[in-house]
Amino acid sequence: MVAPKKIGVQTRWFQNPPVILGCATIVGEKEGMGPLGHTFDKIITDSHYHEKSWEKAEQRMLQEAMQMAVERTGLSLKDIDFMLAGDLLNQIISANYTARNLEVPFIGLYGACSTLYESMALGAMLIDGGYAEYVLIGACSHYATAERQYRFPVEQGTQRPLYAQWTVTGAAGMVLARQGPGPVITHATIGKVVDLGQQDPMNMGAAMAPAAADTIMYHFIDTGRTIDYYDLVITGDLGTYGKELAQRILINNGYDITSRLVDCGVLIYAPEQDAHAGGSGCACSAVVTCGYLQQEIQKGHYRHVLGVGTGALLSPCSSLQGENIPGIAHAVVIEAG
Amino acid sequence: MTQPLEIRKKQYKKLVDEIKPRPPLVRNTLGAFIFGGLIALIGQFLLNFFQGQGLSVNDAGAATSTTLVFLASLLTGLGIYDEIAKYGGAGTIVPITGFANSMVSPAMEYRAEGLVLGVGARLFTIAGPVLVFGIFSAWLVALLYYFFR
Amino acid sequence: MIFLKAFIVGGLFCVVAQLLIDLTTHKVTPAHILVGYVVGGVVLSAFGLYQPLIDWAGAGATVPITGFGHLLAQGAIQGVEQKGILGAFSGGVAAVATGITAAVIFGYLAAIFFKPKG
Repeated sequence: MVAPKKIGVQTRWFQNPPVILGCATIVGEKEGMGPLGHTFDKIITDSHYHEKSWEKAEQRMLQEAMQMAVERTGLSLKDIDFMLAGDLLNQIISANYTARNLEVPFIGLYGACSTLYESMALGAMLIDGGYAEYVLIGACSHYATAERQYRFPVEQGTQRPLYAQWTVTGAAGMVLARQGPGPVITHATIGKVVDLGQQDPMNMGAAMAPAAADTIMYHFIDTGRTIDYYDLVITGDLGTYGKELAQRILINNGYDITSRLVDCGVLIYAPEQDAHAGGSGCACSAVVTCGYLQQEIQKGHYRHVLGVGTGALLSPCSSLQGENIPGIAHAVVIEAG
Repeated sequence: MTQPLEIRKKQYKKLVDEIKPRPPLVRNTLGAFIFGGLIALIGQFLLNFFQGQGLSVNDAGAATSTTLVFLASLLTGLGIYDEIAKYGGAGTIVPITGFANSMVSPAMEYRAEGLVLGVGARLFTIAGPVLVFGIFSAWLVALLYYFFR
Repeated sequence: MIFLKAFIVGGLFCVVAQLLIDLTTHKVTPAHILVGYVVGGVVLSAFGLYQPLIDWAGAGATVPITGFGHLLAQGAIQGVEQKGILGAFSGGVAAVATGITAAVIFGYLAAIFFKPKG
């Protein structure tokens, strides 16, 4: 007996596609100066955001972005059935404290940098399953909190290799609804954890590319669609070299999506911003999806989009113990409403 | 995708190595040479200055280290040291100033975790291992010297 | 002349470290470089190779962290000469006491007075 809304191996379709009712984004100064700067709702110039620590600043960004998203839709927090959110800090404290302050039933999620897409997929299932009318989702990251947790303190003098990525400082919130105006989510392809033996915590793109390629491929196999169906395939934070790797893996398996593939991490910074291979972090795919992508779909520039959130599943302790860095990717089909 | 995992891992490693950009060796080594050299040069000026003030060779050396450590701590605090290190690379790690930077930078960032477990403990994130291995190996050398001199 | 020699030798120590970082895997971090260099300084000093380098290049050999290893080793050896086996325990740290204390004091003060920029 196969679940009625399951197609193929990893994909689910939505009978009444949930709507992306409203989005909001907050980013740091560097992101604000980047090529997508004009697509964000709020740019903060103080990396501490008037708080005592970077962790508190990150939490505050998430809370504001999620509140802003709710206000935009004309709803109030009381209308929200579930809040789904996560971040990169230990025990997802940014999301936990935000949920404490918003007082909404909360499901904490961890999908590393794929968290927003994980939340979109699950939120859509909750709504289409009849368990929720409105779901509030969000994700955030902060350059300074991520660097000191995963790599080196930011004031320590180290040279970043050319393939290193820059953790995006920012947060995004999104309200999903059973009905209303806006782009809709029609399918979700949940990814498997893929590990091809990468170990360098500076090279996140290489760790995530096989997972991204795997999920995209299974999405095509499950739905029977080809790349021609989509105007755009947008990955989360593979960066310049990770994107190249994912393309190559897909080509080797007979799927050439090169002409339609872009990556949030590549879009968010300009080459002269010293971010090397591009952006990363939960906020990378979150702010680009809730800002740029959502606006482009609203304007009618894209009608059929395959969004693929990507995450590298490492912890500081696993990488010190010499463990590999597996990747994960979740894909969501967003169609103009 | 149908091949065994071990083969896929090997093939992928090859692909990653092919696409991964090489570090700009010439620029990096040149940067290391110039910045490492400059810090040593500043050290030499200080050394000569302190000896000129009548300090013994050993005391002048200690005064030089102290001054360099002070300068590095200050530059780290002001957020300048890591900007220099972008160009200097190992040239800003190997001198005693790099040692000072490796103490100050984590201590500053963990200030919010308190004076004891934040600043106090984190001062030794990198300095700790340096002292452990330095002291241990020097002790071992002295022990060998004691038995075999 | 000593200035030129200091510049060149100090620079070369760093070039070797840069190559170690760039040509090996990601597992060689700045912490590994610092630890390796201190131990390297101890070993070179034990074989009597480091003092001649200092005589020739001055600060070019004392400013790199290998110089710290040299002080540790020579301190421990002199400790043995003066106090026997007990000196092996006291001599090393005594020789580098100024550097360690300076780093702790200035490090602590910097951490208290400055806020990281990020």
